[in-house]
Amino acid sequence: MSQFAINLLFVGASFALYIGIAVWARAGSTKEFYVAGGGVNPVTNGMATAADWMSAASFISMAGLLSVGYVNSSFLMGWTGGYVLLAMLLAPYLRKFGKFTVPDFIGDRFYSQGARLTAVVCLIIMSVTYVIGQMTGAGVAFSRFLEVSSSAGIWIAAAIVFIYAVFGGMKGITYTQVAQYVVLIVAYTIPAVFISLQLTGNPIPMFGMFSEHTESGLPLLQKLDEVVRELGFRDYTADVDNKLNMVLFTLSLMIGTAGLPHVIIRFFTVPKVSDARWSAGWTLIFIAILYLTAPAVASMARLNLLTTIYPDGPTQPALEYADRPDWVKTWETTGLIRFEDKNNDGRIQMYADTTPAGIAIAQERGWEGNELVVNNDILVLANPEIANLPPWVIGLIAAGGIAAALSTAAGLLLAISSAISHDLIKNIINPKISEKGEMLAARISMGGAILLATYLGLNPPGFAAQVVALAFGIAAASLFPALMMGIFSKRVNSKGAIAGMLTGLIATLLYIFTFLGWFFIPGTATLANTPDNWLFGISPLSFGAVGAMLNFAVAYGISMMTEEPPQEIQDLVESVRSPHGAGGAVSH
Amino acid sequence: MADQSDKAALYWKANLRLIVISLAIWAFVSYGCGILFRPLLANISIGGTDLGFWFAQQGSILTFILLIFFYAWRMNTLDKELGAGEE
Repeated sequence: MSQFAINLLFVGASFALYIGIAVWARAGSTKEFYVAGGGVNPVTNGMATAADWMSAASFISMAGLLSVGYVNSSFLMGWTGGYVLLAMLLAPYLRKFGKFTVPDFIGDRFYSQGARLTAVVCLIIMSVTYVIGQMTGAGVAFSRFLEVSSSAGIWIAAAIVFIYAVFGGMKGITYTQVAQYVVLIVAYTIPAVFISLQLTGNPIPMFGMFSEHTESGLPLLQKLDEVVRELGFRDYTADVDNKLNMVLFTLSLMIGTAGLPHVIIRFFTVPKVSDARWSAGWTLIFIAILYLTAPAVASMARLNLLTTIYPDGPTQPALEYADRPDWVKTWETTGLIRFEDKNNDGRIQMYADTTPAGIAIAQERGWEGNELVVNNDILVLANPEIANLPPWVIGLIAAGGIAAALSTAAGLLLAISSAISHDLIKNIINPKISEKGEMLAARISMGGAILLATYLGLNPPGFAAQVVALAFGIAAASLFPALMMGIFSKRVNSKGAIAGMLTGLIATLLYIFTFLGWFFIPGTATLANTPDNWLFGISPLSFGAVGAMLNFAVAYGISMMTEEPPQEIQDLVESVRSPHGAGGAVSH
Repeated sequence: MADQSDKAALYWKANLRLIVISLAIWAFVSYGCGILFRPLLANISIGGTDLGFWFAQQGSILTFILLIFFYAWRMNTLDKELGAGEE
């Protein structure tokens, strides 16, 4: 059977499974559509949340990001540490509150349609920007494994999501996400186990990473440090100089993670407050299986790649281009690996051609620039071929990458459509709408959101790479502080909360736009995006944490200067703090 | 009734204390051991590198998991003790 047929079989089987689940899990009421009826088991919800959270970027790109070295550990700590905040500062209380959406809480707690609307705007900006990446990610996965164009891939992905999201709502999404989690985690760990066995003899990648490299007898990380040093790169484990920026970047990712509406609403689906607490723990366990494997894949795949290029060691001549392995040929056709023989010696020199150490090495050895450009995504996509694994593993990776993109897209689309049908239509425009009318509105908004996401996926605005930073920055600077203060302070009132959210949102947007271009239009940046220009060395990607602090300060300051919230609001805060008397998510 | 609101205040205070302790550990393992104090841990070697690197890539994640489960267990016990639990 050809590789194409195998890929088709794996992806097709996974789709049949998702559609089967969609037929079984049709939503019959708004409660089922928004929060899956509030009856999801905490472990099941943990698995669904993990799939919801782990996007195409986590699956395909993260190992590549980590392979740069220690500095990108921020992604690991930031994207997991946020769940500690979520478990202790938000999830249980919002579950107790017992309504359907994030703007629901902000609107009620701050007794203001203005606050509700601000929350809806923040939610839509961050979810729409985030969903673009998922659609393009699905398109890329399709085009690489199934020999269809990227646009056709996006249409297929949209059709599949349409089937289970429009009919099943949160209920359909939850159970398909469980299936998608299983597909993606199996696809991610199997090649990792094989590569770890080959390099270290240890079948568990997270332990293999810190054990002995079989071939050289040295610890794996020490071996990797030595190899990259010979080629002019920074040591893999080298410490960073700008610790302030690393701390703030990690903090922004943590606060941003805890403030993402599509993740928060997943905790509204469990039956009890105590289940919301357990569920956060299970979520992190399921996420950690991938996040503890990713750094191992990163270090091992980087060592593997350099060993392939320098078969006799980094101080010996590099591989002849004519002798390159098959997987290099395969991925060259996709453009993810590019070779240019700059010094015409027929060999592939890969080294750091911008560092002083690398330039010195090049002069000594007659090199005229780095000759091999390898896209970060290769470390995961080509992993099975680099490790000589059987073709079915490649089929698995194809199904896994698509599962990761679809599960996150569905979660985001539900957050968008419920913000429109529930917060905008039911709570602001037409409070008299019937249950049946709201259900129809929810389905139409979902269909509309999918069409919008498809359109943006097909015509991505020129800022695809920055959108994730934007989504996390906004989540950190606007929604997280408002939610936290709504629970932990009885004193913060509507004026304070609205001013705080707007301050955090606008400050963060201004700082990002200053360095990355106004509205991300290329060439419109006010200042060049270099560390010298950054305020106190804080990169635009790290500014979400500063925006959050501004939000807290402004909200608290203005609240102290203005009136106390009414008694019934203080009673509401008192009631969300205690799980006592929590029922199911109430219809209202 | 007074007894009920006393209990509620006690419950909230206990929750805040637990959160402060948990978040202190949360910050210590990630921002502390993983980033700021890494040079201080440079002498403790593990698998070809130093302990700070391990905390940044694995230790902090494992600690986060333990923290959430510890918090959930403590709070769910507290719910019952102080009558704040769900009926």
